[in-house]
Amino acid sequence: MTLRRLVHCALALTVAFAGLAALYLNLGAEFAGLAQLLVYVGAIAILIVFAILLTPTPAGKSGLPATRSAETELDKVFSPAGVAGGVLALAVFAVLAWAVMTSGVARVTAAGSGPAPASSMRAIGFALMERYVLPLEVIALMLTAAMIGAVILALRDRRVVPAETAAGRSPELRG
Amino acid sequence: MTPLAGCLLVSALLFSIGLAGALTRRNAILVLAGIELMLNAANLNFIAFWRFGPHPDHPIMPTPGMLGAPAPEELTGLMFVIFSIAVAAAEAAVGLALILAIYRHTRTSDVSEITEMKG
Repeated sequence: MTLRRLVHCALALTVAFAGLAALYLNLGAEFAGLAQLLVYVGAIAILIVFAILLTPTPAGKSGLPATRSAETELDKVFSPAGVAGGVLALAVFAVLAWAVMTSGVARVTAAGSGPAPASSMRAIGFALMERYVLPLEVIALMLTAAMIGAVILALRDRRVVPAETAAGRSPELRG
Repeated sequence: MTPLAGCLLVSALLFSIGLAGALTRRNAILVLAGIELMLNAANLNFIAFWRFGPHPDHPIMPTPGMLGAPAPEELTGLMFVIFSIAVAAAEAAVGLALILAIYRHTRTSDVSEITEMKG
């Protein structure tokens, strides 16, 4: 999160998602781990890399950001607002860690000793098709709506820009 | 430290890193990445409590005759994580499309420079 270049941030984020997927697999949740691997490492990382590719910073028009822009970005991180955000995040972590360590979770030893709950693909399929069929339909509808919405959002300006270029030059190109 | 506490600490650390990223970075894409990290921290909490929490319907020793579908109450945490991953995917797609639309409009992805709605 504090790396200078955006692509390095995206790669670190991908590594973090992959590590989280490994943690899921280690905890016995195979389906969630594989879904995490497919969705986050496979799809969201690609989406973020493409978004970075399609939104170059003004100082980095040549593809590589200049060192000056990186320095100003780092100065922005260490600006008073950035320091305040970091301190706030540290405070949140301190409160959460204190809550975890002082709750009964850190002392109960019998909780983690049992076997992993049964989570075979067959059981997940039965549960999805029987008990959770309504959430499944709702999530399918929501994914469809989100996909259509994303396509419309991404297409709307593209329909405007060719009209401008057909009328002459777009203002960005002229300026 | 029990494994559950370890998972919860990792989740808290992930949430804090995501929060710091969402609060301090100016690039809209990285703000969205921080939000994704926070969502993942919540998912890790679900998985950890599902794995180590009590399951009232879970048989202590599954007999070989019980190989059918187990009680679906056991899978609640896992199902929540799966649906949460689907919601996060939709959110990331719509968020990145919004960032692209804003970038085409204002030629910047710096969230502190997008001040058109400032009164």
